[in-house]
Amino acid sequence: MDTDHRPQTDGAVVAPDADAPPAAPPRIDCRDIRVFYGATQAIHNVSMSFPDRAVTALIGPSGCGKSTFLRCLNRMNDTIENCRVEGQILMDGQDINDHSIDAVLLRSRVGMVFQKPNPFPKSIYDNIAYGPRIHGLASGREDLDAIVEKSLRRAGLWEEVKDRLQAPGTSLSGGQQQRLCIARAIAVRPEVILMDEPCSALDPVATARIEELIDELRKRYCIVIVTHSMQQAARVSQRTAFFHLGNLIEMGETEQIFTNPREKRTEDYITGRYG
Amino acid sequence: MTDPAASAFSTPDALKRLKRRRAADVRFRLYGMGAIFLALGALVLLAMSIGAQAVSAATYHVVRYDITLDPAVITPPGEETPEEIARNVDGFWELLRDNLLATFPEANKDRAARMEVSEFVTRLAVLPTAKRVASQPQLLGNAITLKAPLNDDLDLYLKGQAFAERRVGTGAISGVLPQDDGSAQIEGQGAFAPIKTAMMTLEADGINLSEASVLLTSGSSTGRLHDIQSDSASIELLTGTLEAFQGSSATARIIALPEAQRVISDQQIAWTLALKDMDRISRVPRWSLLTNSDSTYPELAGGLAALVGSLFTMLVTALVAIPIGILAAVYLEEFAPKNRLTDFIEVNINNLAAVPSIVFGLLGAAVYINFLGMPRSAPLVGGLVLALMTFPVVIIAARAALKAVPPSVRSGALAIGASQMQTVFHHVVPLAAPGIFTGAILGMARALGETAPLLLIGMVAFVGDVPTSPTDESTVMPVLIYTWSNNAERAWEPMTSAMIVILLAVLLLMNGLVVFLRRKYERRW
Amino acid sequence: MSDHIVSAYSDELDKLSSDIMRMGGIVETMIADSCRALATNDPVLAKEVIARDPQVDMIEAEVEKQIVSLIARRQPMGHDLRMILSALKTSNELERIGDLSKNIAKRALRLDDFVSAEMRNAILRMSRPVARQLNEVLDAYASSNSVLAKNVWSSDDDIDQHYNAVFREMVTYLIEDPRRISAGAHMLFIAKNLERIGDHCTNIAEFVYYQAVGEYLSTMDRPKLDQV
Repeated sequence: MDTDHRPQTDGAVVAPDADAPPAAPPRIDCRDIRVFYGATQAIHNVSMSFPDRAVTALIGPSGCGKSTFLRCLNRMNDTIENCRVEGQILMDGQDINDHSIDAVLLRSRVGMVFQKPNPFPKSIYDNIAYGPRIHGLASGREDLDAIVEKSLRRAGLWEEVKDRLQAPGTSLSGGQQQRLCIARAIAVRPEVILMDEPCSALDPVATARIEELIDELRKRYCIVIVTHSMQQAARVSQRTAFFHLGNLIEMGETEQIFTNPREKRTEDYITGRYG
Repeated sequence: MTDPAASAFSTPDALKRLKRRRAADVRFRLYGMGAIFLALGALVLLAMSIGAQAVSAATYHVVRYDITLDPAVITPPGEETPEEIARNVDGFWELLRDNLLATFPEANKDRAARMEVSEFVTRLAVLPTAKRVASQPQLLGNAITLKAPLNDDLDLYLKGQAFAERRVGTGAISGVLPQDDGSAQIEGQGAFAPIKTAMMTLEADGINLSEASVLLTSGSSTGRLHDIQSDSASIELLTGTLEAFQGSSATARIIALPEAQRVISDQQIAWTLALKDMDRISRVPRWSLLTNSDSTYPELAGGLAALVGSLFTMLVTALVAIPIGILAAVYLEEFAPKNRLTDFIEVNINNLAAVPSIVFGLLGAAVYINFLGMPRSAPLVGGLVLALMTFPVVIIAARAALKAVPPSVRSGALAIGASQMQTVFHHVVPLAAPGIFTGAILGMARALGETAPLLLIGMVAFVGDVPTSPTDESTVMPVLIYTWSNNAERAWEPMTSAMIVILLAVLLLMNGLVVFLRRKYERRW
Repeated sequence: MSDHIVSAYSDELDKLSSDIMRMGGIVETMIADSCRALATNDPVLAKEVIARDPQVDMIEAEVEKQIVSLIARRQPMGHDLRMILSALKTSNELERIGDLSKNIAKRALRLDDFVSAEMRNAILRMSRPVARQLNEVLDAYASSNSVLAKNVWSSDDDIDQHYNAVFREMVTYLIEDPRRISAGAHMLFIAKNLERIGDHCTNIAEFVYYQAVGEYLSTMDRPKLDQV
């Protein structure tokens, strides 16, 4: 089998997903990313780009570095001691690891949703309003109300919570909490949303809601999702990248990765064989 | 064995093992229950021994006096200003003594008797009245009613805690025959047989009655009995009238303890009983425990000064230890890099929490008093010493509370672009607050009960005045308890217990506050 | 390829493969035997071929059931997904081949005495490359060999050429003796059946190729002769 053949260049392959025109410039472009925890190298020279208005799924076995890589994109690795990131991550042509870029501002452009729904122990309203408040995005009370409503609407939660905005965020169900966290991320007007296994703590119905939401959000944002569920990656993403032992093994259109991976290690992983 | 499923449940080997396992289970439960009963028993024992003592100190006896504020006594010429009136304790006291002398004319007979009357009320007991009159001069010349605490020994006697006393009723007394020597012969058919019987019983119990006093009381009159026969006895009248005994059934009190070995005389007992019969003695709650300051007289002593001293001390401790402790904990937990230096600091904070408290006292005496020249015996210094002792506890508790905040809260806040300080102070600290304050209050409670370090910085001094600022001379409640427990008079014993109960109540209040805060603000996440 | 972590999954896929191979084996004998029965005018053999068809249908139904269960329970991905899909389609094709063979056997029973030995031999000649075609494509299936599959796929025009030759030959025989018209018509249908079997083999070759490589063989690229 030949490797490194992008489907676009292979005439025999059917046309890629029409929703994600490959011509669009990438939202984030990573070049030669290396991550070290102390002396151990967790990510080995990963280069990949993330197209705008599309979902990219990162899959791979536990400890393969996909979450670590995801956390490079909003510099959450800064908060971990001994963690060192090398290489370039370009957003609008600027390296986000550059000293001139403050992680706090970066994170307002690159939102993140976590594995376990982690709403703040505050009211639903304050959960959403917190971000716009600290970033000074709202000019007044009405403005803030509008942002809260818009964010909740986009997260598909407005109808469920509009009558109890002052109830604590933790009183919602797990799936609603996760959508609240997504709304919270949306409220600071990011361009990229990172999701670290957002459905691993949810039941299938709540998972389906989130997936539906992701599909909706992809029309506006560049979404990168780490997931353990290959079916989920197959369902929600347009592009899929397979990580193994800190290496990017293969990246391609989701359909191709799941029906006809180029690499044996990808094949073994997605079909559930001994790696 | 035909059925393999049944056999797995019923092999003798398995059953034997099962029995052993069950037995171990039951044994362990019994040990646990035993431990709990032991702990509870110790607690009940403590509560009972202290509580029983404290209850008797919770009330005391006061004597009512109806006196006229004679200006001649209260404002002798040249001493008429309110300040002088307030200072004229002797004058007021004289009015009370004269009132008693008027009530008991027999007390005028000699100096010794007058001395015995004057022991009824301590001079300082009239101080509140003196101050009241000084502020309201229009009262001068008027009749007022005032109540003053009874002497502590007589108080204990009335509570039945002074010495053993056997009370018996006599039969009807038919005749009273005054004799030449001032005594009288009283008669009654078999009237005194109960006394004889009671004395025989007491002697049979091995009690020496050779110097015992037998007091006979009828109404306000009391006399001492001699030559007791079943039908007659000789009575030596102590107070009241002989007529009172005519035709009455009196009460006899057999006091085995010789008068010479008692702090109160038969005469004083007689007067006390008379006052009680006149309804001039009443038992009232001893609020003075909370409203008075320390005194050398137990009936006047109270814990107000110590309570306020404790309050000032705790205020200083809280203002120093809590902010320093919390800030240090937040910095160490949330901001400081994890390296050898911070490990070293952490170990030493833990060590500091384990240092015996008296060492902090020595340190305080050396640094604050000798080196920095701060005032001795002041809550300021005490508070600083206790703060030194408390803040490691606060740090440890606060760090534990901060550690318990799930990291997902931090990452959630960081991920939407909160700075580290915003993350910590908007999200982490509020979540940890109940835990932090629990630690702080428990630390404060420990400081509140601390005695040893305060002894070394001179807070053990006698303090009669309520401190008005943290730099005033003061003492604190546990030290007051320590001081009182060293006092000789019997009456201090229940007072000490009562003070302990007050201290425990304050501590319980603080612990209750902890529980309340936890319940109210603890969040599930 | 290494085994699945869930060994039952591997076992189920193996069972599927072997069922397809078993089906292929039966269909192979049906083609050979029906043509032999025709060539040797052996009605017993022809009836025996007809009797084998329900067995093929049964295996096909079973394969379909297995595949539904595999998709529902294992959510196959990658090579497994392609293998299962191609098995589903292959079993369909094999069933069709079985039907066509049965049809040949039925027609063999209907032939009257006017059929000449030449006519029978012409069919037998044509049946050989068809049987080989099926044999090869089953080999390719068994070994998941994309090269072999592509060979089968591109050699379909041989069959077509054979068919055209047989067609012309039959027409010649009919012109010679109009009494043979009835039998000749049967013969033409039999030849057409064989040609159809070749097409089905081509389809199977496409599935094998897809299963092995993951890409589709485009029908446009296939060398094709003009159709009759």
